[in-house]
Amino acid sequence: MCDQTFMAATFGPCDSCGKASPLMNIYIKSEAINYCSFCVEMMACQQLQKGETLQSLKKESDSLKKKLEEERGKLNDVELHQVAEKVEVLSSLSIKTRRVLKGHGNKVLCVDWCKDKRRLVSSSQDGKAIVWDAFTLNKEHGVTLPCTWVMACAYAPSGCAVACGGLDNKCSVVPLSLDKNENLAAKKKSVAMHTNYVSGCTFTNSDMQLLTSSGDGTCALWDVESGQLLQSFHGHTADVLSLDLAPSETGNTFVSGGCDMKANVWDMRSGQNIQSFESHESDINCVRYYPSGDAFASASDDATCRFYDLRADREVAVYQKDSVIFGASSVDFSLSGRLLFAGYNDYTINVWDVLKGTRVSILFGHENRVSRVRVSPDGTALCSASWDNTLRIWA
Amino acid sequence: MTINTMAKGGWQREQMICFRMMEKMIVAMQDPDMGMKLRNQRLLITVIPHAMTGHDIIIWLIHKYSVCEEEALHLGGMLVKYGYIYPLKEPRSLVLQPDESPYRFQTPYFWTSTRWPASELDYAIYLAKKNIRKQGELMEYEKERYSLLHKKINHTWDFVVMQAREQLRASKQRRKADRIVLECQEQAYWLINRPPPGVHNMLDVGLERQNNFNLRATLNSDFYKNEIEVYRRALGRNRVKSSICLEGVPVPTRLRVERWSFSFMELLNDAMGRQEFMLYLEKEFSAENLYFWQACEEIRHGESSKIVEKVEEVYKNFLAPGAARWVNIDSKTMDKTLEGIKQPHRFVLDDAQMHIYFLMKKDSYPRYLKSDLYKNMLAKAIVPQETKKSVFPFMRRQRHSSPSPAQAVAQVTEEEGRHKGAG
Repeated sequence: MCDQTFMAATFGPCDSCGKASPLMNIYIKSEAINYCSFCVEMMACQQLQKGETLQSLKKESDSLKKKLEEERGKLNDVELHQVAEKVEVLSSLSIKTRRVLKGHGNKVLCVDWCKDKRRLVSSSQDGKAIVWDAFTLNKEHGVTLPCTWVMACAYAPSGCAVACGGLDNKCSVVPLSLDKNENLAAKKKSVAMHTNYVSGCTFTNSDMQLLTSSGDGTCALWDVESGQLLQSFHGHTADVLSLDLAPSETGNTFVSGGCDMKANVWDMRSGQNIQSFESHESDINCVRYYPSGDAFASASDDATCRFYDLRADREVAVYQKDSVIFGASSVDFSLSGRLLFAGYNDYTINVWDVLKGTRVSILFGHENRVSRVRVSPDGTALCSASWDNTLRIWA
Repeated sequence: MTINTMAKGGWQREQMICFRMMEKMIVAMQDPDMGMKLRNQRLLITVIPHAMTGHDIIIWLIHKYSVCEEEALHLGGMLVKYGYIYPLKEPRSLVLQPDESPYRFQTPYFWTSTRWPASELDYAIYLAKKNIRKQGELMEYEKERYSLLHKKINHTWDFVVMQAREQLRASKQRRKADRIVLECQEQAYWLINRPPPGVHNMLDVGLERQNNFNLRATLNSDFYKNEIEVYRRALGRNRVKSSICLEGVPVPTRLRVERWSFSFMELLNDAMGRQEFMLYLEKEFSAENLYFWQACEEIRHGESSKIVEKVEEVYKNFLAPGAARWVNIDSKTMDKTLEGIKQPHRFVLDDAQMHIYFLMKKDSYPRYLKSDLYKNMLAKAIVPQETKKSVFPFMRRQRHSSPSPAQAVAQVTEEEGRHKGAG
């Protein structure tokens, strides 16, 4: 900033900050403005309109936020657990570990089922992604990526490819070949490019498009064939840790959650943030849609899982318990949506009754944090990935 | 101990939250009224005050949080693993034993959260103390780390040794019981902050996450303008009352949904089935057929006194030219019905109703069974406990593999190739 010497025609209180100083007489849209040079500088740099300051914008933003909460509260005429009183109580569940998948050399960070209900792909801190047959415990494919911390992996709807990404800031698609000797990594194709780690990825309804979330605060939609960026989604103010596609044939919305404690719902075609929910008290680690697509659940470091209804536009349930004090890392719904499985950093999986808000069961077995839980496509089994280097199938 | 002047970085936010929660629990456990009963423990020949048994801890947790024994054991175990409670008998094994083994609460001075992150300097002083106190007391891995530190912070080594000597001298002046307690506390602290090789690091939080605080610089006018726009848009949204969107249809059983596919009559006879079918017809813009059929049913099974007015209603809504929900009946039936309405009786609409019934059965019904609406209903339907076990594949040991989806695609492309080659 160089020293400016200018003829000060007037001296007096600045219109903006009120301090008495030499004023610059400028015109904005033929309207005379008398600001001191500092405020003129601020206005120019911050692209503020006349009368706006950072404080006034913040105040406006905060008051709108409060108004939104009030509006949401007005339509809150009944609580979910009240509606759930007439629903019958669940019979006690008997869920046990049926399979333990060993083979990763380090923490398993992510897992996804294939549509054929028996295969899954898992990725790990050791840089490998493995495709397993969960029934026979066979390892069918293995891909080695040139980075550690592969935090995201997804199975393509066709079952012929997997996508994985992580610390390399990319998400790559690997076609699954049947030739055991073929080096799958050679066919790997980089699709997504972010400026920070990739935290989550999922295919849309076909193998042709990939949706990713990243530590750079954005989500993006990519064309797999060309690697082109089709749409980007800006709005989070910190790392985005998770995303989930809405379950519908038309499939054009998704929800994302991040370190800014917000869960945002996006329109995939326009890139706009349709709805936003901010009720967690810490980072949101995972978001997952309810089977009907009208609601979603989130898991957070504040040791709670929360349930949001999209039509009511607010949080309708909080799943918490005094004895649960460790952060929840992942959630998934049962097929009917009556149960919510949540994996925690205290090595356990808690099973919550979605409607009544109570905890139905707690599953022990892992020897380190549970990083991901996924219910199989036909709802017959639950797979959990953990930092103890194993995956467990529960049924 | 030297005071740790390094500020707690924002990236440990995640750990801090669970530390705070554990600390709250610990404080509750030490509450004079509702907390645990502490007593003196005998350790060899010394008596250690304020100790408790593993069993006591578990019972207290069961009562306070209404949990089962397994969960209490797990929860208590986490408190020990994070160093808030340490064992007196086998200090190197940070495990909660549900028996008479003695445990003590860690002093807040040595809580991991108080002095995070543990400094290299403090660790060096600790190891030096151990070394001086009893030659050969250091374990293998501790010896390695000691020599590594010696190289790393060689420039302050004099300070390290001096501090170690001072602290040892001060501790000699304490009572034996206090000295043992302090040694145990310090050892527990270092077992967590510098775990031996092979023991997993409780303080491992994985990848560092960018913190909101780092973004203070970018909280500029653009950011707020964006926020304001989002909030404005959100305020304009149509919201639905909770009582409406939370009602939700109770989830039917699978058998019930399957019955709808047995015959059209089954579907219509089940109230839920009829409702679902109505939803489908609304999408197809042919819901008036079902409404008409329902209205006819009402006349057939309803009160005699209301027949005349109901038939009037039906004519107005469904049969009159330009009616709101005009149903498409063939002209012969329509003429006959319109004649009959002049003398309304219970069964005057039978022909028309039959016509519409068969129309729906032949046309809309089969399409409904193939629709996503029905398929989703089937998928969402509950399978009652009794029928489950035999269906679940993971209950049995599967030895044979199934063809990979990739294989199926490969086969098809192979065949196509062959056709192309031949053709």
